[in-house]
Amino acid sequence: MLLTVLVLLPAVAGIVLMAARVPERAAAWGWVAASSVVVAMVAWTWWGLDPDGGIQYDVKVRWIPTVDASYHVGLDGLSLPLMALTAVLFWCCAIWSLRRPERARSHAAIFLLLETTCLGTFAALDLILFFLFFDLSIVAMYFVIAGWGHGDRQRSALKFFLYTFVGSLALLLGFIGLFLGSTPRTFDIVRLTANPPWHDAPGTASLVLLALFIGLAVKTPVFPFHTWLPPAHTDAPAEGSAVLAGVLLKLGTFGFVRIAMPTLPDAWQRWATWIVVIGVVSVLWGALVALAQTDLKRMIAYTSVNHMGYVLLGLGAVGVLARENGDAADDIGSAGVAATGAVVQMVSHGLLTGALFLVAGILWSRGRSYAFSQWGGLSRVMPGFGVVLAVAAFGSLGLPGLSGFVAEFEIFAGSLAGVPVAVTVAVLGILLTAGLFLRALRHLLTGDLTVPDGVDARSIQDLTASERVSIVPLLALSVAVGLLPWLLLDVVGPAADDLVALVAR
Amino acid sequence: MPMHEDPLALLPEIILLVAAVGGLLLGLWTPQRAQRRVAVVAATGCLGSAAAALSTLAGPARTVFAGTWTVDATTTVVRLAAASAALAVVVLLRTEISGHPRETEAYVLVLLAVLGADALAAASDALMLVAAFLLASVPLYALAGFRKDARATEAALKYYLLSALVGVVLLVGVTALVLDGGRTTYALLGGTTASTAPALVAVAALGLLTAVLFKAGAVPVHFWVPDVLDGTSPAIAACISTIPKLGALAAAFRLVDEPFADAPAGLPVVVAVVAAASMTLGNLAAFWQQSLLRLLAYSTISQVGYLLMIVAAAGADLAAPALQLYLAAYATTNIGAFAAAASLPRRTTLIGWAAGVAGRPWLLVSLVVCLLGLVGTPPTAVFLGKFAAFTTAADQGFAWLTVLAAANSVASLFYYLRWIAPAFRATASARPARGTASAPAAAVLHVAAVASLLLGITVGLMATYP
Repeated sequence: MLLTVLVLLPAVAGIVLMAARVPERAAAWGWVAASSVVVAMVAWTWWGLDPDGGIQYDVKVRWIPTVDASYHVGLDGLSLPLMALTAVLFWCCAIWSLRRPERARSHAAIFLLLETTCLGTFAALDLILFFLFFDLSIVAMYFVIAGWGHGDRQRSALKFFLYTFVGSLALLLGFIGLFLGSTPRTFDIVRLTANPPWHDAPGTASLVLLALFIGLAVKTPVFPFHTWLPPAHTDAPAEGSAVLAGVLLKLGTFGFVRIAMPTLPDAWQRWATWIVVIGVVSVLWGALVALAQTDLKRMIAYTSVNHMGYVLLGLGAVGVLARENGDAADDIGSAGVAATGAVVQMVSHGLLTGALFLVAGILWSRGRSYAFSQWGGLSRVMPGFGVVLAVAAFGSLGLPGLSGFVAEFEIFAGSLAGVPVAVTVAVLGILLTAGLFLRALRHLLTGDLTVPDGVDARSIQDLTASERVSIVPLLALSVAVGLLPWLLLDVVGPAADDLVALVAR
Repeated sequence: MPMHEDPLALLPEIILLVAAVGGLLLGLWTPQRAQRRVAVVAATGCLGSAAAALSTLAGPARTVFAGTWTVDATTTVVRLAAASAALAVVVLLRTEISGHPRETEAYVLVLLAVLGADALAAASDALMLVAAFLLASVPLYALAGFRKDARATEAALKYYLLSALVGVVLLVGVTALVLDGGRTTYALLGGTTASTAPALVAVAALGLLTAVLFKAGAVPVHFWVPDVLDGTSPAIAACISTIPKLGALAAAFRLVDEPFADAPAGLPVVVAVVAAASMTLGNLAAFWQQSLLRLLAYSTISQVGYLLMIVAAAGADLAAPALQLYLAAYATTNIGAFAAAASLPRRTTLIGWAAGVAGRPWLLVSLVVCLLGLVGTPPTAVFLGKFAAFTTAADQGFAWLTVLAAANSVASLFYYLRWIAPAFRATASARPARGTASAPAAAVLHVAAVASLLLGITVGLMATYP
């Protein structure tokens, strides 16, 4: 019941804002209030969660009994950290958006709807329910980009919608495949996990995994399905980009750990090597293309491809380890480390990239440009901006003491036993991202003061209160995870070990 | 076979007929300006018919009048959906043609069209199917040409000629059936078709199916759809694109499921190919349309393609519930889309509609629900319908068709967004557009949008199939 309220509360708040025609200014505060309640409820849930207890807070209500689809939601150590990330990031975006005067009511309502779709996807334990929230997140994001973006936003929004919709329909086909292979037929994720479909038909299982993989890979995105991402990010508003990168990409990676890996363990093992390869290619491709960007926001967008590549590398390595050493306790242990790292990377990327996109939004609000060539020497006039950009960038490149390091270290350490070559190659990605972030810092913060034409350099304002309050918590949480990783690992670890045990069946 | 002559089994149709005849007589004696009375009679008839149909919802499936007329869940759903759709059409028509010299006739024709759709859905005898085909066609010729201008006349003529041709093909099919075994009742055909001349069975199957596919507006007998719908007003287009299709698709399902279930001609594969062609060609043709009604016309062709997936998979356990679900969902959502077109009179193009919707955000919200519903976005009703169609088709070995249908759904998103995107941009401007919105049409749109959502969320609970 608590979980249902948690999931639906934002959407209900959004509908109330719209239907009651709340004044624009009050609507912006209404969003802050609703998302504060969500943060508090997630914290309460976290407090009550037993990390070793499997799925908790679960509710199951009949929905479509003929095909055994139900309203089934629940939480475990894999989904709760992502729900917490969602709650925090939306709260930060609500604070960030306090300054937005135009159409604040519909803006707040659409973001609240988006928050419900993200929370719902993480909580869903039924394929149809998962698809419902997954698909609606695309719809809501389309309106965010088309309605409040800049630049060629209609085109970017359309591209985003079409590409990710292809992905979601591939996912739907995969879900139908899972359903048809299950005995007795069901859409319930828990039942599918307990009794994996198609275990005696490897060819069909591979095809179903292919459909699921395409569907989730488009959303994640990994190479070569990532081409929708740079335009969508560049033309979305800052808070839209933060949510898109911080939370929506995780819907894809979360699908792997919640659905693809536990329900098709044999096929996941069989194709694990290829998944690792795709992960490593994404790592390098994302980093190299990011290096070539001349625009801060596009650069951050491509680093998302890089970071999601690490997640796929870790999850693929779990499959390789499970295939090669199903019985050896040591290797299963290191697979648990890789899986934990993958989940921590999801959270870490959400915090840091969310912060980075908000930081990029500061540049846009000051001078309507993200181009490196138009900005320089900003640390002199905007010292606060310099600090938050530097911390977020260092976190994103994997500096120890921040969350990115914990995540990437665990992924590499866990994967090394199974895929040593892939790990060695992927470490190059760290070097590349370090290079590109340092280059970005040098361009923007050091050297002569440069600002776009028509902007008065002396009048540039440092961080406003709402900017500070929205960005600092994200960075503080990243530092907290970096310095006290057990806060997160105690929750993720047991659930990741369970996942490994499921894949190793 | 015992004779089950129970006139009460036809109660929903009898109510429609009484309302049609009564409405016509009342209209004759009613002055021009007071013809809303006939609209009230028609609406009451629709409500009564739906209520009568509802009473048989829980009952067992049975046939009456020597097996020629089947009352089962599919018939009931068509009766309900067609009567509800007709109610919406009457509301839309009332605002469009109030005071028109032939106002009464329009209402009566709509009621007769529902009667035809019910007969198509319930017919379980080839000769009954011929009668139902005519009953479902003749009122629509008159509706298609209702405006009597050049385009409406052309559309009506095209519709009539094609319909006459298909009617002949239907009769050839029935003749083949009679030659084959001397029987026309579906229940008696099942055993014989497999054993006797396969060529005759194939001719019969193709003849009968061609006729119902024509009524459904499927490729390759779809050419009348865009011309007829674009040549009429939104209300009449809503009627022609919804009501007969419900009956025709139910009839197609019955044909593939009952008399030709054992036919050696590979009938499901033929239907699957027709489904694939309908959804693909309908979508491709819709891409660059500027006219709202033409866009929706092609959209209905592609929707029929998805529905035919279930007909092709008629052998699956869940095929009948899937068809019923999708038919109800299609009727609701399609009526909503046409009501959106009707809600801004004189705005007949995508750009024009967008200009007219400025300052009316709720119209846009409901439009988005209906159009994304047609795409198949959860939690709308068509999502579940499509989803059921995909599942049954994949279950019956038509995995390729399911993949194609998924690809088509993505393609369809593109042209629905061509309507939504400019409208969304226009609502951003604070100034309300000039010109009026039709309040009744907007109400129909909102009701359809809400119904589509409610149906999508609750239909699984209502359906307690074994």
